[in-house]
Amino acid sequence: MTWILFLQHLVNGAALGFVFALVAIGYTLVYGVVKLVNFAHGDIFMMATFFVFYGITLFSFPWWLAFAIAIFLTILLGMGVEKVAYRPLRNAPRISSLCSAIGMSFLLENFAVVVFGGRQKPFYQPEVLIKTITIANVRIQLVSIVTVIVSVGALLFLNYLVYKTKMGLAMRALAHDFDTAKLMGINVDKTISFTFAVGSGLAAISAIFWALRYPQIWPFMGVFPGWRAFTAAIIGGIGSIKGAMIGGFSIGLLTILMVAFMPNMAGYKDAFIFVALVLILLFKPTGLFGEA
Amino acid sequence: MYKKRSFWLTVVAVSLFFLFIYVAQNSLDAYIIRILNVAAIYVILGVSLNLINGFTGQFSLGHAGFMAIGAYASALLYMSPQLKAMNFFIKPLIWPLSEIQMPFFPALLIGGLLAAGAGFLVGAPCLRVKGDYLAIVTYGFSEIIRVLFNNLQSVTNGPLGLKGLPTYTNLWWSWGWAIFTIFFIKRLIDSSYGRALKAIRDDESAAEAMGVNLLYHKTLAFVVGAFFAGIAGGLLGSLVMTIDPNAFNIFLTFQIVLIVLLGGLGSITGTVIMGAAMAFLMELLRAVEVPMNFFGITIPGIPGMRMLIFSIILMIAVLFFRRGIIGDREFSWEGFISFFKGRPSRGREGE
Repeated sequence: MTWILFLQHLVNGAALGFVFALVAIGYTLVYGVVKLVNFAHGDIFMMATFFVFYGITLFSFPWWLAFAIAIFLTILLGMGVEKVAYRPLRNAPRISSLCSAIGMSFLLENFAVVVFGGRQKPFYQPEVLIKTITIANVRIQLVSIVTVIVSVGALLFLNYLVYKTKMGLAMRALAHDFDTAKLMGINVDKTISFTFAVGSGLAAISAIFWALRYPQIWPFMGVFPGWRAFTAAIIGGIGSIKGAMIGGFSIGLLTILMVAFMPNMAGYKDAFIFVALVLILLFKPTGLFGEA
Repeated sequence: MYKKRSFWLTVVAVSLFFLFIYVAQNSLDAYIIRILNVAAIYVILGVSLNLINGFTGQFSLGHAGFMAIGAYASALLYMSPQLKAMNFFIKPLIWPLSEIQMPFFPALLIGGLLAAGAGFLVGAPCLRVKGDYLAIVTYGFSEIIRVLFNNLQSVTNGPLGLKGLPTYTNLWWSWGWAIFTIFFIKRLIDSSYGRALKAIRDDESAAEAMGVNLLYHKTLAFVVGAFFAGIAGGLLGSLVMTIDPNAFNIFLTFQIVLIVLLGGLGSITGTVIMGAAMAFLMELLRAVEVPMNFFGITIPGIPGMRMLIFSIILMIAVLFFRRGIIGDREFSWEGFISFFKGRPSRGREGE
């Protein structure tokens, strides 16, 4: 293993890590505000890639327009899911909203099977993005660099949104103390809707990068990225944006590096992630950056 | 007097039920018998998960993992050495397992006990990890089991799975176990253990202050739940005649969680009804996938439609029947009799 190869894996790992980080933030934001594990998040992720697919094949939009429209539609979908499946259950026992989330995830997957078909479909890869460039003997797909740049941009924007705007303040207030925030005149429905919109938008961005990297899309493609990102959010401490970022990033990086350095153990990579998760939770039951 | 009457009524009801099983096993056609078998397995799974999720209040998503352990362990014990040699053609099975063969019942029991051992391992961290975190730890466990079984080729035959298993499961086995599960868990719930479990569900700190040993009772719930899940896995393996490691995935767990939630958390009666109903519902919904003919117009069967309708029904149930079909009420002979006599029922039993 030369250091060039190592660098190459590092770049790939970083790109995947950012993808996971964006998905994990979607989980963590929603959890932070409504204390609900949005099991349908992985399926919202999947729907985004199908929006792109149909935007390009059915309406023959240019790819950048298809991406933008897909992100917009995914945001609407996320808000719709919240309105239909979670809002009526906001004051119900937590177990019902968990069940509703599981049901929504089922519903989206099966909807995709019936409407889009269960077979895998190729995802369009724009020429510009899959070009390979060589920097100091390290061959990098342009999409990896774009992934990193866009993700960092999205994270900075998120940071601004959460910590510098009024909406962000409302989100943080709801996360901190739901009832008091309500008394202070915060529009709960609007803020929660907004949270889902942000989470779904990030999911759409990461879904597009995921599909550019693994250009096969099918109705159950969201399940594993979703669960892995959820694991990442838990490892980082669910509810903490910083935790989700670090958790997602390290899980992405570790999956790539593990497959690269221990190819015969590659089959066990999911087991390793979960063993790490169980160990972390045993010693820090609320994750690395979570509050008790 | 009520107690004595209830006892005899139960004995009569169970005997009548077994008479029905006897008739069913001999006269119904294979398709219906198969659905009834699946129903029994769902009942075992639902009731055992309800012990963990409903009565103890520990949200567990690990049932598929326990089932996988039970299914594999029992299958590897009751398969004949020749059958094993045929299955393991890529990598031979490791030594002691390749020679052993035992009857169905002990194999099933060992499968259940191994699953219970796994339940002990999962239940122990329960003391520190709570709520959603516990859900993900138990899910992680079942994922680890799935990955391990996919990769340990010399023990589990890897992704090829086990095929051509002998069909031992019949209505006697499946419903026998289902009835035993219901009785066992009902007795457990009504004992002091059961009260401790409910106390943990309602308020953990208060329960601990009252002297309930949290670690012991939570682990107990997991061990018992996992044991029956392992048994159900073994029955299922022998019923469908193949075991595929990837069948024991999160969807299977979700299906059981749904049985529990729709049946009512903390209601054995509801879970039993829902478990049996689920088996029939899933079969009835197959009709929507075959091409239909309405007034000369043929509607082609759309693959996946069954699951879509299933999930829509599910969402409606979750949104509008929040507390499950009967909440946390239980069937009791007194309630049953007063219902027919038209007298007001004496309220919820045992609450």
